[in-house]
Amino acid sequence: MTNLSNYEKTEKKVSVRKKFFNVIVYTLLSIWGLMVLFPFYWMILSSVKSYSAYSSEFVPKFFTLSPTLENFFDAFTAVPLADYFVNTLIFTVLTTAVMLAVIIPAAFAFARLNFKGKNLLFTLILALMMIPNELVIITNFTTITNLDMRNTFSGLIFPSVMSVFYIYLLRENFAQIPDDLYYAAKVDGTSDFKYMMKVMVPICRPTIITVTILKVIECWNSYVWPRLITDDQNYFLVSNGIQEIRENGFGRENIPAMMAAVVVISIPLIVLFLIFRKKIMEGVARGGTKG
Amino acid sequence: MDKQNNKAWLYLIPALIFIGVFMVYPLVDVLIYSFEEGYNSASQTYNGVGGYNYSFVLRDPYFLQAVKNTFILVIITVPLSTGIALLISVGLSSIKPLRNLFQTVYFLPYVTNTLAVGLVFMILFKKTPYSDGLVNLLINWFGGSSVDFIDGPYAAKMFVLCFYTIWVVMPFKILILTSALASVNRDYYNAAKVDGTSPFRIFRRITLPMISPMLFYLIITGFIGAFKAYSDAVALFGTDLNAAGMNTIVGYIYDMLYGNSGGYPSYASAAAIILFIIVLTITCINLIVRRRFVHTK
Repeated sequence: MTNLSNYEKTEKKVSVRKKFFNVIVYTLLSIWGLMVLFPFYWMILSSVKSYSAYSSEFVPKFFTLSPTLENFFDAFTAVPLADYFVNTLIFTVLTTAVMLAVIIPAAFAFARLNFKGKNLLFTLILALMMIPNELVIITNFTTITNLDMRNTFSGLIFPSVMSVFYIYLLRENFAQIPDDLYYAAKVDGTSDFKYMMKVMVPICRPTIITVTILKVIECWNSYVWPRLITDDQNYFLVSNGIQEIRENGFGRENIPAMMAAVVVISIPLIVLFLIFRKKIMEGVARGGTKG
Repeated sequence: MDKQNNKAWLYLIPALIFIGVFMVYPLVDVLIYSFEEGYNSASQTYNGVGGYNYSFVLRDPYFLQAVKNTFILVIITVPLSTGIALLISVGLSSIKPLRNLFQTVYFLPYVTNTLAVGLVFMILFKKTPYSDGLVNLLINWFGGSSVDFIDGPYAAKMFVLCFYTIWVVMPFKILILTSALASVNRDYYNAAKVDGTSPFRIFRRITLPMISPMLFYLIITGFIGAFKAYSDAVALFGTDLNAAGMNTIVGYIYDMLYGNSGGYPSYASAAAIILFIIVLTITCINLIVRRRFVHTK
């Protein structure tokens, strides 16, 4: 009898402690959640405040009763935001496409074909992963300038194509495909190229999608190389566009219009993220860097 | 075999061209640049070979300021962000309801444009004649007086930069740590529970050793990433970082290369190589420390 009530007491104590612990955990997590979301909230809020309303608020308000879309209109008319957008889209699509066209065959060769010096070459390429971008960007800048390719899409795209890490990631995935499949295809008279395109690529689709998404994010956010290589507004990408808007755009104080531009720029990636949430987080966990 | 040999190179050639032209050649070239004295980018001539570029860079006050800024940034953000990420990840893995929602929200900064969101942070912190800004409003609520975080005192500017950097790097760390925590074998926890081990002790004796390889991976990548900080600073303080006194080493390299103070690829190369040596040294130290502390099977 006493034993039982003792047991109940302990159990009760444990459950109280557990509840207390949970309250702390949820509070902590919510605080960080707010820290993450608040800048987004503020950006959207400021983008729908009218300029006059915004500038008359010495003490910023946390909500607005008269939302307006005029800032979005301004963002597209007063500065060439649409052009920046199209440029970024072209840059992102082409860079990613060229990258895939280059790395898939390379990963295939490393995973499937035999040739002299394969291991040595692969090790050398892996070693390149340690080289920071800052080291090679200086010469690339001179190369592109000397080739007279500043302010061109090819000047923007070509140096941005290569990502050694993705060759490695794809090769590892290709290498998991059983050899038997390859020999069976050989017996049927399938060419290597056809085998790569019709068998390996479909089987490894998840990895290829991951690589594609990571590259798209990288391209969409790239700032340093485009800044070095373009000074003609017609070739600005969104990151440079934002910087340009900030320094010479709407007049320095038109913050609502700036925020509207920021919202427009942020939306595509956020939408992409919400659609491919699982894939992106998996991919980043496997191969992402940044920070 | 021989046929396959040739064919393999065919598949490799596009990748090798890109790697050769844009990665290997520049690597060699940057070393050469860094020793060419008095290089003139217009005529592409130089008048000597030696270590002058290095001694110039190492005596340049802008570079020293950049090194100081970068080191402060690294020392503050790497431990703080890793620590907070660990705390949040442990919290995340101890709950069930809302966990997915939290994870999704926490990941958002990863997919946003650093420059764009940096502008939002600038507005939150900036003090203008029209408004003191939101952060100052909060400070006023708690009885403090307004500070200009963007054009004001050095400590305030450094605070914003660190704050934004942590905000930006957090998603990656949380993601890696939550997946590391999820992969710890449940049997260890159950065994510890049977023995009546306290939660804190479980964390110190089981969780921490089990995730230590990932933790060290994050610390190393965190160091490397923080040493290369640049766009966060541009987002907050504008492109003229030297004027703001908030330049970073990478910022110094780019400024030497291009822009108002640009046109000196030799100085930029020397600075880039110095940066590489710093990062390499720190990484080696990390790896040595890692060998002593990380649990391996």
